[in-house]
Amino acid sequence: MIKSELVQRIADRNPHLYLRDVEKIVNAILDEITNALSRGDRVELRGFGAFSVKHRDARVGRNPRTGAHVSVDEKVVPFFKTGKEMRERLNNGVDG
Amino acid sequence: MTKVTAIAAADELGETSARRMVDGLEELGGQGRTVTRVDLAESVYRCVGLSRKESAALVQMVLNELSDALAEGETVKLSSFGSFVVRSKSERIGRNPKTGIEVPITQRRVLVFKPSSVLKARVNGEAAEDED
Repeated sequence: MIKSELVQRIADRNPHLYLRDVEKIVNAILDEITNALSRGDRVELRGFGAFSVKHRDARVGRNPRTGAHVSVDEKVVPFFKTGKEMRERLNNGVDG
Repeated sequence: MTKVTAIAAADELGETSARRMVDGLEELGGQGRTVTRVDLAESVYRCVGLSRKESAALVQMVLNELSDALAEGETVKLSSFGSFVVRSKSERIGRNPKTGIEVPITQRRVLVFKPSSVLKARVNGEAAEDED
């Protein structure tokens, strides 16, 4: 499923909404999550999962092809942890 | 004006502003705040002009669609955000780190989120790249 299909599915369930409004709604949700993460905040959606950011220190990496040393700056990476209910749904009711 | 702006008229207020005060106090403790469904609903409310109640319902509907697709094992790709992939793991032998006792970890399906390069750039305070 890609974003336009998600938008279409929501629109099908809400005949009173314009497709472009549904698109705005989906984008508003994703933007809110993105903005929260860029502030370093955590986004917790019970039953689905939680988005957070993890800090990675600077390190010296290697180019795997040439073996040359390259310095990798410290950075922040987005992280998602699956929620309990979602995990159970993926495994037919058994918590993994 | 869109069709939905007209529906927006009446609203139940209060809940969110009280929440923000609580969050404000938490921020004083140094920890970042936690964004929840309430906040997502608030941004939907601000963007389209539906009632707060319907905005909240739509947030849940989006999450349900995502969950349903993933529960079916479908991959979900959200352009410029990231993709959710369901991976099947075969059984393996694990170990209780405390006791060292070996326990079998049954085969299972796990959900992995791969952030897009746009999202990765955004959390690092860089301008979004045009590719996702």
